[in-house]
Amino acid sequence: MVKATDILDQEPILEVKDLQTSFFTDKFEVKAVDGVNFAVPKGKTLGIVGESGSGKSITSLSILRLIQNPGKIIGGEILFKGENILKKSEAEMRKIRGNEISMIFQEPMTSLNPVYTVGQQISESFMIHQNMSKKEAMKRSAEMLELVGIPSPKQRVKQYPHELSGGMRQRVMIAIALACDPELLIADEPTTALDVTIQAQILELMKDLQDRLGMSIIMITHDLGVVAETCDYVAVMYMGKVVEYAKVRDVFKNPKHPYTVGLLNSLPRHDIDLGDVELQVIEGSVPSPDNLPKGCRFAPRCPFATELCHEKLPDLEQSDNGNQIRCWIYTDEWDGDQEVDVSAKRTT
Amino acid sequence: MREEINTGAAQIKAAPNPTLVKLSTFWRKLTSSKSAVVGGILIIAIILIALIGPYFVPYSPSATDTANRLNGPSLAHWLGTDNYGRDIFSRIIDGMSITLYVGFSAVLIGMTVGVFLGIISGYYGGKIDTIIMRFMDILLAFPGILLALAIVAVLGSSLNNVIIAVAVFSVPVFARIVRGSTLSVKKLEYIDAVKALGASDARIIFKHILPNVASPIIVQATLSIATSILSASGLSFLGLGAQPPMPEWGAMLADGRNYMYDAPHVATIPGIAIVIVVLAFNLFGDGLRDALDPKMKN
Repeated sequence: MVKATDILDQEPILEVKDLQTSFFTDKFEVKAVDGVNFAVPKGKTLGIVGESGSGKSITSLSILRLIQNPGKIIGGEILFKGENILKKSEAEMRKIRGNEISMIFQEPMTSLNPVYTVGQQISESFMIHQNMSKKEAMKRSAEMLELVGIPSPKQRVKQYPHELSGGMRQRVMIAIALACDPELLIADEPTTALDVTIQAQILELMKDLQDRLGMSIIMITHDLGVVAETCDYVAVMYMGKVVEYAKVRDVFKNPKHPYTVGLLNSLPRHDIDLGDVELQVIEGSVPSPDNLPKGCRFAPRCPFATELCHEKLPDLEQSDNGNQIRCWIYTDEWDGDQEVDVSAKRTT
Repeated sequence: MREEINTGAAQIKAAPNPTLVKLSTFWRKLTSSKSAVVGGILIIAIILIALIGPYFVPYSPSATDTANRLNGPSLAHWLGTDNYGRDIFSRIIDGMSITLYVGFSAVLIGMTVGVFLGIISGYYGGKIDTIIMRFMDILLAFPGILLALAIVAVLGSSLNNVIIAVAVFSVPVFARIVRGSTLSVKKLEYIDAVKALGASDARIIFKHILPNVASPIIVQATLSIATSILSASGLSFLGLGAQPPMPEWGAMLADGRNYMYDAPHVATIPGIAIVIVVLAFNLFGDGLRDALDPKMKN
C-alpha cells in the first residue's frame, strides 16, 4: 500500500487513512466512503473531484464528524495535526469545529439563518470559541466582512441574509468560517450555486485569503475548471474510492485513470479550436450503491476494461511520475493491450 | 460592488425557511383579515377591561342584597342580580381577569412543556422521540375534559388545579406541532452550518431552531387560550374549579342554572361572556394562522 503523504512536497496538516463511512438501511449497507486515503498539505489546496454520489461530501462531513444517522464512520483514521480526531470526544470535537477546521457549504441561500443579522451570525463563532463579549464580537464581525471584501461593512452587519445577493452571502459564509482563523477550511462546492462571474470572484477571494492567512483548503467540487484554477493537489473520487491522487498539473497534462480522462474529455474547451468535434461522454451511469460491481468500480463504464477489471478491485498504486492511481493498466498484472493509450485525446 | 446588480434577482428566490414570512407581509395580511382585526380589537378590549374594570364597577362583586334577588336588568343593576342579589355586571367584569388568568397561565404552562418536549423529540429523533411521542399519543387518546376531570379529582378542586389539568391536555398538541416543524427546520443547511461552527446542541435548539418554529407555536397558543378558557369554565361549572363566592363565569353559569325559568339572565349572561371571549381568541387565531402561512396569498 502506498502512503498518501508520499506525493506531498509539504508537511501534511490532515491525513485521511482508509476512511470508511457507511449508511445503514433496513436491508443493506451503502458504503458511501470506502477506504479513502489522501493528505492535505499545510497552506495548500487539495481538490476532491467526482460526480454526484461519489462520496466527496460525505468525506468532508466525516472529517468534521458531522455524519448523522443512519450514517456512521466505521473505520479508518483521520489525523489532524498528528492526532486521530475519530478518537476525540464530542466536546473536544466542538472545540475543533469552526475553530481549527471550518466548513463552507454549497448553498449560500440556505446556509444562513433567516432570523438573525449577518453580524449576529459571524459573532456566533467568536462567542462560541473565544468567549468574546457581544459588542466586541460585533466589531470583529465588521472587520471580517471587510476582510472578505464586502463594502460598507458597518452597515452590512445589521442586514439580514435576505437583503444580500448570493455572492454576498457566500462571502458572509466565508467570513463566518474564517472568523476563528482555522488551519483547515473545507469548502463543499462553494461556487456551484453562484453564477460564473461571481464564482470567479469567490475563488479569487479564497485564494487571496489563503495567501494572507496561510490556511489549508479542501476544495470539494465536480468542476474541473475550479480545480485547475485553485488546487495544488487533486483526488479524483469514484463510488466512494479515490481512483487518482496527483499533483494538479499532472492530472491536466497527463491524466492516467480512464475515469479522469473521461471527465476531462467531457469538459468543453474554450481556449483551443477543436473544429466540429462533439463532446465525449462517459457511457453508462453510476451503479446503484447497493449493487456494487465486484471488481474495479469503474469497470462497467470503462472503455478499456478486461476480465481482470471486472473480477478484481485494483489497489491505489504509485505510478511512474510519483502520483497514485487505482487502475490495473498501470500494473504488471494487466491482461489487456500492453500499448493501450488512455490519455485524453483533446488535452494539449 | 459589482454584486449589487444581483440583489434584486436574489430576493426573488424562496425564503430559506419554508415556515417563515416577512414581517411586513405578515402585518399586511393580518390587518387585511377581518376576523383577525375583529378578534384583535376584542382581545385588547377584554384585556383592558380585565385590568382596569374592577376599579370602576358600581358594586362589590361579593356584596349581597337579599331585597333585590334575581332582578332583571335595570338602571340600578345593568345586567340584573343573581339569587343572592349580587350585581351580575360587577361580577362579570371582576371575573374577566380570572378567565384570562386561567386561559393564559394554562397555555403558558402547556406551551412551555409541550414546546420543550416537541423540540427535543424532533431534534434528537430515535428512541427519545419514540418515547416522548408515544406518551403524547396516550395523553391525546383521552378525551380532554375527562383527563382534566381525572387530574382535578386527584389533585383536589381549586382554580390552580384546574389550570394544571387544562395545561396537561394542551401539552401534546404543542409537542406535535413543534416536533413537526423542528423536523423540517433541522434539515435546513444553516443548522448544519452552525453545527460545523462547533455550536452545542442546546445552542442550536434554543437559538437557531426555536425562533424558526415560533410561528406555528404562536398560532396554536392563541387558539389554545380559547379552548383552555372553555375547558376551565366547564370544570368550574361542574364545581371542580373556582369555589364560591369567586365570580368565575363557569361557576356563575352553574349557579344560574337553577333559576333558568324564572330568571334566565343569571345563566345566559355569563354564558354570553364566555362565548365572546372564546370567539375573540378563535377569530384572532384564525387570522394569525392565515397571516403566518407562507402558502396563503394576499
